[in-house]
Amino acid sequence: MPVVLENLGKRFGDGAPVLDDVNASIAQGEFVALLGASGCGKSTLLNIMAGLELPTSGALEVPSDGAAFMFQDAALFPWLTARENIELALKLRGVGKAERRTKANELLDLVHLGGAGDKRPHELSGGMRQRVSLARSLAQDRQLLLMDEPFAALDAITRDLLHDELERIWKETGRTIVFVTHNVREAVRLGQRVLLLSSRPGRVVQEWNVTEEHRTDAGLAGQLTGVITARLREEIRRHAK
Amino acid sequence: MPNNPTPLAEAPVTGEASGAGPETRKVHAALTRSSTGNEDLRELESGLDSLQSDAARAARIDWSRILLPVAALVVLVVVWQFYVSLGLKRRDLVPGPLDVLGQFGTLWAEGSLQEAVWTSLQRGLVGFLISVAIATPIGLLLAQVAPLRRAFGPLISGLQVLPSVAWVPAAIIWFGLTDATVYFVVFMGAIPSIINGLISGVDQIPPQYRSVGTVLGANRLQMAIQIVLPAALPGYLSGLKQGWAFSWRSLMAAEIIAVGGTIGFGLGSMLNQGRDLADMTIVMSAILLILAVGILIELLVFAPIEKRLLRRRGLLAGSTR
Repeated sequence: MPVVLENLGKRFGDGAPVLDDVNASIAQGEFVALLGASGCGKSTLLNIMAGLELPTSGALEVPSDGAAFMFQDAALFPWLTARENIELALKLRGVGKAERRTKANELLDLVHLGGAGDKRPHELSGGMRQRVSLARSLAQDRQLLLMDEPFAALDAITRDLLHDELERIWKETGRTIVFVTHNVREAVRLGQRVLLLSSRPGRVVQEWNVTEEHRTDAGLAGQLTGVITARLREEIRRHAK
Repeated sequence: MPNNPTPLAEAPVTGEASGAGPETRKVHAALTRSSTGNEDLRELESGLDSLQSDAARAARIDWSRILLPVAALVVLVVVWQFYVSLGLKRRDLVPGPLDVLGQFGTLWAEGSLQEAVWTSLQRGLVGFLISVAIATPIGLLLAQVAPLRRAFGPLISGLQVLPSVAWVPAAIIWFGLTDATVYFVVFMGAIPSIINGLISGVDQIPPQYRSVGTVLGANRLQMAIQIVLPAALPGYLSGLKQGWAFSWRSLMAAEIIAVGGTIGFGLGSMLNQGRDLADMTIVMSAILLILAVGILIELLVFAPIEKRLLRRRGLLAGSTR
């Protein structure tokens, strides 16, 4: 089990807890979609897994070499070209100079951006930037890949395509992926398992398995999406005054 | 490859029952889901990429950038000449463009024009470069170490407000009429503004850059050199620009007030000489030269660096530069 969360809690200062008693375990090579409405602490949970924030209670087990992280906006460094952004990740990992170049080109090719290595982030479209960002997080070469709503700001066509792309790369590289989203369809499309987080405080309230049948049968997938949406709305309604 | 390409080939066959609503939908869904092969995806993405990217525009010389400023200058000179030719003021109080041009020629022939420009420019540049060397490490230290910044930040901002001319009397008392006086005043003008520029450059770094650095595994030194410094570069550059402006202004102030001793003949001294001789053409010549040097340094040094920096980061679009 590369990731185990036990009774994890987080509060900022004296405020109400953002996360409370979160329990989950994620298997090696699994693709888990973490679903929840706004304010459910999805991003906080991801930041804790990435080591960017510390939990205030509970325990978590993550791979000792840390996790790769992909942000909602690509967060590429604007003073570097696409290739240099990937090379920087390799450099900070301690990869030698000669090898960096080859590896960066391989990764660019993996995300189908072989020809755009010398472009700067502002010259790339949103989808291309996210693919560079994906390549950069793969350059970190961590077993665990955390993704914080990486496709939320993209147009529908690009997002659909990146779903295929991500699925392909996941299958090729065998990474363990935790994918945070507030889009039920996206969660069902990508995840093998969907975890629903309640809001204020965030807590895993229910989970669904997405089987191979769901992937080939749109009717079944639609049904599951409906069930999850209903449960999500129920969770949101709880906060109505 | 877990993806089996056969469904792609089979799909149209199954889908031939085009009338059957739910049946075809199912097939289409299956198509878009797992049967998009790698090559197919590559092609789709490259199509989308080219649709979403701007076509590269060829860089052309934009003549309006050159012609408009020149035209503005010509208009100003013509207005000046017109005003003078109205004869409202005595010619020795308000000389015309031609009178000043004549004085330029005389000063050039004497060699005092070249001497003044060279002396001032050299001092300004040396003073500025030393200021940069002193201010940069101090600025980085203040930007990164919170207690230091709390302690000295207000003082540095205050120094920036204090006109550096205020240091001239003190400098003359301490250093006498030597170059040290001039440099001291330049430092007091330039160093605080460069420090402030660097600090605000570091302040304006999006916090996410640091998060990315942490996630990528950067240590403190790597963070400072690989991420903080390049990210703060635009702010640092505008600090340098302002620092140069303050160097130049402070230098002129110092040269006007501190004359004689071992202090050489600079543009400020020329200005002062014009006042002593009550020769308005010398005064105007000196003012125009001071202005011209300032404009030339901006156009030849700072503008190209800044433009390149901003263009590489995609920050030029929509500006009126």
